[in-house]
Amino acid sequence: MFDNIILILPELGTAILQTLTMLAIGLSSATLIGGPLGIVLFLVDTGQSLEHRPLSLVLGWIVNTIRSFPFIILLVALVPFTRWLIGTSIGPLAASVPLSIAAIPYFARLVEKSCKEVPRGVIEAAHAMGASEWQIVWRVLLVEARAGLVLALTVLAISFLSYSAIAGVVGGGGIGDLAIRYGYYRFQTDVMVVTIALLVALVQVIQFAGNRIAHKIDKR
Amino acid sequence: MTLPLIQIIAASKAYPTHDGGIFHALQQINLDIAAGDIFGLIGKSGAGKSSLLRLINLLERPDTGSIIVASQDLTKLNKKALRRARQQIGMIFQQFNLLQNTNVFDNVAFPLKIHGGLNKQDIHARVQECLAIVGLEEKAHSYPAQLSGGQKQRVAIARALAPRPQVLLCDEPTSALDAETTREILDTLRDINQRLGVTIVIVSHELAVLSKLCNHVAVIVDGDIAESFALADTSQLRSTALGRELICHWHEEHARPLPEGLAHV
Repeated sequence: MFDNIILILPELGTAILQTLTMLAIGLSSATLIGGPLGIVLFLVDTGQSLEHRPLSLVLGWIVNTIRSFPFIILLVALVPFTRWLIGTSIGPLAASVPLSIAAIPYFARLVEKSCKEVPRGVIEAAHAMGASEWQIVWRVLLVEARAGLVLALTVLAISFLSYSAIAGVVGGGGIGDLAIRYGYYRFQTDVMVVTIALLVALVQVIQFAGNRIAHKIDKR
Repeated sequence: MTLPLIQIIAASKAYPTHDGGIFHALQQINLDIAAGDIFGLIGKSGAGKSSLLRLINLLERPDTGSIIVASQDLTKLNKKALRRARQQIGMIFQQFNLLQNTNVFDNVAFPLKIHGGLNKQDIHARVQECLAIVGLEEKAHSYPAQLSGGQKQRVAIARALAPRPQVLLCDEPTSALDAETTREILDTLRDINQRLGVTIVIVSHELAVLSKLCNHVAVIVDGDIAESFALADTSQLRSTALGRELICHWHEEHARPLPEGLAHV
């Protein structure tokens, strides 16, 4: 039953690597750009210490706009930008561009939400002790919200595992691409089963790891 | 006469309300608090007593007026200078407001670390010293979730004392605690006032708490100080109901017969 698997084994290895590349780049940009953006969204919101209504509105609008694109449309719409940035619109590296663009505002919202769960009084106490905004971010928000942030990153990783499969459709490569090309177009059910099993396993591993880490660092 | 440690001069604070009006939380407040005093603020909820307390460390910035603490007008300071000045003013809260993901030691060390100036050994010594004042030396490595309410408030007190402040602001410090724990916390606060000379300003809606602890009180009604008096002063009748009740409590505490004219209150 699993005859076709042997034939595509080398390709399967490449596909897994490609998926992990896309995930790594997407999650890194989400963390490095979306994370700070989420904290800014939180700090400039009404009632917070750096309350700034115009900035809050503009950032909120940008985040919402990018998030309202169906991923497949964003993927296609960004092709000229991707080509300009990477030189091609095909391959895992190129697919990482729309993945990152989609992941940044998504993660920003998740970070903002985690920050909102930090009790107001704790931030107020830090102000009362003379902490600067910078110190409040590093020593209060990130410390108190850290379990929520890990879980947010877990949610993001799992969402973007499936987004990376969509990116495969337009030449991104990866496990999803394999499933479409062999499992779907060539009716190789065994390939389909194996790729899905792989994705299921990946999701389970990511969620398990996320839960474990979040539990370990949560002292509340 | 020496200058008061805390002076609130003609301070007002108003907020826009949801229906477009203006709510005058505090109106033209004048208040002097002497160094070494224990000063209570009492009033119904919403009267503005918490806002008044928050003026003293400028968590609440007055629209007009001055806040002078240790001869420094806080309203005139820039952000950086205000942060430095806040080391002089410790604060504790009803909900303790400890960092939950940080152990007791690091909670107490927090105000020392953010201002720098002390090396590791100094911080360690100072934290141990403050934990000793509140009797929690052995809990340094526990997390707040492992402590009782009273212990959490003790950690918060130790944290507030760490920068060696002149003033300790207490916002309903015992309202989340049971009667026995309340008594212990009040004993600790009195001890801190007497031994360290820290001036205490406390907000509470519990008459018993204020009558046990305070030397002076101010009754806040609708964003204004209705009256302000020394609890031991029985020379005149108090004009507010809360003021009269406080005096009754104080006399019960101190087991003295009520003065003429108060017995029927």
